Amino acid sequence: MCRLAMKTAIKPFSPYSVLTAMEAMQEGYDGSGLGLLLRGLEFTDYKYNSEDPVLSGIAHTEEALGRLHAIMDERGFVLKYDHEFDTDSSKIEAGDRYKYVLRVYKKPAAWKSIDKEQVEHELMMTRLALRRDGEEHNGDLTAFSLWPDVAMLKEVGWPLGVGQALGLESGRIKSRVCMAQGRQNTNWGINLYACHPFFIQGVGTMTNGENTAFIPIKDWLEGKNYPGYVGYQSDSEVFTHILHYVTKQLKLPLAAYKHVITPLKNDELDAHPQGEFLRGLRNVCRRLIIDGPNAIIGTLPDETCMLVMDAKKLRPATIGGKAGEWAIASEMCGVDAMIPDRDCSKDFQPMREHTIIIPPDRQEIEIWSQFDQFPQTQAA
Amino acid sequence: MVSIRSISADPGSLTPNDLPWIIEHREDRCTLCGRCAAVCPVNTLKLAYMRKRMPKIALNSSERGSSFKTFVGIRQNTDVGRRCIGCGTCAMVCPNEAIHPVHNKTDRYRFQNTKNGEAPKRGGRRNEPGPNLLDRISFNRISMLTDPALDAGRHEFYMNTLLGRVLPPEEFVRRQAAGEWIPPVREIFPFIIGSMSFGALSPNMWLGLLQGVAYCNEVLGIPVVMATGEGGCPPWVLKSPFLKYIILQIASGYFGWDEIIRAIPEMQCDPAAIEIKYGQGAKPGDGGLLMWYKVSKLIARLRGVPEGVDLPSPPVHQTLYSIEESVMKMIQTMSMAFDFKVPVYPKISGSNSAKSVLNNLVRNPYASALLIDGIDGGTGAAYNVSMDATGHPIASNLRECYLDLCAQGKQNEIPIFAAGGVGKNGNITQNGMALIMLGASGVHMGKFIMQSAAGCLGNEQNRCNVCNLGICPKGITSQNPKIYRRLDPDKVAERVAETFMAIQTEMKKIMAPLGRSQSLPIGMSDALGIGDKDAAERLNIRYVC
Repeated sequence: MCRLAMKTAIKPFSPYSVLTAMEAMQEGYDGSGLGLLLRGLEFTDYKYNSEDPVLSGIAHTEEALGRLHAIMDERGFVLKYDHEFDTDSSKIEAGDRYKYVLRVYKKPAAWKSIDKEQVEHELMMTRLALRRDGEEHNGDLTAFSLWPDVAMLKEVGWPLGVGQALGLESGRIKSRVCMAQGRQNTNWGINLYACHPFFIQGVGTMTNGENTAFIPIKDWLEGKNYPGYVGYQSDSEVFTHILHYVTKQLKLPLAAYKHVITPLKNDELDAHPQGEFLRGLRNVCRRLIIDGPNAIIGTLPDETCMLVMDAKKLRPATIGGKAGEWAIASEMCGVDAMIPDRDCSKDFQPMREHTIIIPPDRQEIEIWSQFDQFPQTQAA
Repeated sequence: MVSIRSISADPGSLTPNDLPWIIEHREDRCTLCGRCAAVCPVNTLKLAYMRKRMPKIALNSSERGSSFKTFVGIRQNTDVGRRCIGCGTCAMVCPNEAIHPVHNKTDRYRFQNTKNGEAPKRGGRRNEPGPNLLDRISFNRISMLTDPALDAGRHEFYMNTLLGRVLPPEEFVRRQAAGEWIPPVREIFPFIIGSMSFGALSPNMWLGLLQGVAYCNEVLGIPVVMATGEGGCPPWVLKSPFLKYIILQIASGYFGWDEIIRAIPEMQCDPAAIEIKYGQGAKPGDGGLLMWYKVSKLIARLRGVPEGVDLPSPPVHQTLYSIEESVMKMIQTMSMAFDFKVPVYPKISGSNSAKSVLNNLVRNPYASALLIDGIDGGTGAAYNVSMDATGHPIASNLRECYLDLCAQGKQNEIPIFAAGGVGKNGNITQNGMALIMLGASGVHMGKFIMQSAAGCLGNEQNRCNVCNLGICPKGITSQNPKIYRRLDPDKVAERVAETFMAIQTEMKKIMAPLGRSQSLPIGMSDALGIGDKDAAERLNIRYVC
């Protein structure tokens, strides 16, 4: 079973603190890997401009790194900062990690004339080009994300050990949001791309549990022929893509995500003020209905964080915290470890109808129920 | 040369041993009541007085001789037209278990059933007994560890499907905001009572089915719908609130549509859908056929024809130039007739060309679904050669259509329904769910529901199969009141309800171990396996052994 921990705070913190929280949750989990997503970055060695895209990945050979340079150069990216991890390779299980890439680029000059959506598209296409290049060369280049203010890391091994091997305890990197997941996809062959969190155009999610409806959902997403809907080394990647589809393509509010993945039943829709719209949404997004058991933790580009359950709720997750900092974890002890000085009587475990939203101001959490009115007015 | 006539040896003469079904009669149990002979639908049985010699053996020649015994026995008619059909009605009425038909696998009747140059016709479906491909598919993706299986008895399951054109989500959101037309969509139970016409079925059978369907909807909460087949619908049904459970079919003979169009202003509700029949799995390339035996006064009135004439529908919709045009015009016309509030979809026979029909539908904004009827589909009347040798099996046909839609990302927009041999060997839910996981949004069943709800006697060894002649021994497909009054509509309704309750439970028992409960697992092909490499490769599912 995966252990999930996410912390969001106004004041940037080291991801290492989240890794130590994962230690608290070690019981019963295989600790086979680490997946990290950091958002709202701060570097000790560099003053980062949050508009600049950050490339995260691994060059497994010197040659791959060379090709990475070439691809980025060719597209007009200018390197501004190359974060050197204090790597202790003796603590890394895998032997083919030539360089962990965490680089800040200046966007190509040519992009000044294109609008925000196009920029986002180009960033995604560049990431996909890097990924494809690696796949064409025996997987010697892995690209996790290329996005402003987001860094990602995935590695095989005990999560805290990986953190130490990469020198994360030094606090040279901090972030306002940190998502951590402690397992490689040990159900199948290990593939770094199969490790949560998953990322597409600023949207990141990680999930606990198995996605039994994976194939029909994957078939549908692939059929959209959207360039970013690829991968699916893990059945959980579709949750990220559905969130992306709902918020970025359908441009519906975050609350609609819950209505897409776990729509209400007929009698519940009959009593819902927007039942007709939601019934229609259920029909058109029928292939995106998940069957659980899953707890899905996600973050959006504006640093909003969220937690939802599948409709049967067979996977636990708890949220707790205080104004300014909040934590979500698959175990209560994980929340305890991340924010010990909170009022734990206010911890909350969402039920099947809830979407927990932590807005960017992080003052209060919103517990939004599917039975409530849709938060955005619908025309006609 | 003049033939000798000492023995009967015409080319077409048959003995009881040559017939496909041989009557076995036990004289020692027979009470001579005569019910068997009275009830036999083909009058093959003849009670006859017979005499046999009883030689008396004695040492003394004066005591030798013969006496004669007279007894009442059963004679089986060996005329081709009056051969035993194996229905077993004689056994059903016999008070003493003295009579029953026995199947003869080496009959010679099959070489002689072309009297008067008539090619053999029958009701039923392809005579191919034994497990079909669907029966061999198993559900293998069992949830065990990270995903515990569900509890079929306690969890809530959502098992309905959609019939109707579903918009791409982007288009739905846009049209909803702009207040534009959103195509009608019906939420229905994925097992549908397939099109059997009011004409093919007896009034009692039809009434029983409708009662059962209404009970499923209104009492059990299972949204079952049934399709009419060609030939319309009784006017009282058209004007009743039960019309919403009915898919009205229009086919190339347009029978019954005069009544339907006239009834539109008085309809209390819309029908579930309109099915435009272009083809039928049992007899591709043939139109419907209602033989004269069944064109009773009531049927003649509903169809607007004289009594007692054969009603063959043309193979295609004659008014139209091409299938593309036909599909487009008819779908649009029917949509308009029902104010764009009723899904309209075509039914075609399984064929290598099904994909091209499908692709035309994809581009037609009014097309609501596609029903593909495979070679094992049943019919009330067709030529044997059509039924047995013409058509395309449903599984691979459905699968390639579904994968084609997936490649275009349209699999949620045009639901494909599958039919043709679903439940042929009784495994209705297993067959249906296998098709659903191969990509069908639902399945139609005709023969199965006749067998399950009304006790149809037909099988794939050519038992009974006289639906075409109006002499159905159970009263299911007869228009003769003396026969169809054997069938109690209330009992049929009860069996319909029992059948759907059982299907519902079995669906849960299939879905629960797969960890599915929130939506029908359409296209969940990763759950399927088959112990046949070629079939696995063709269907793009897992080979298991």
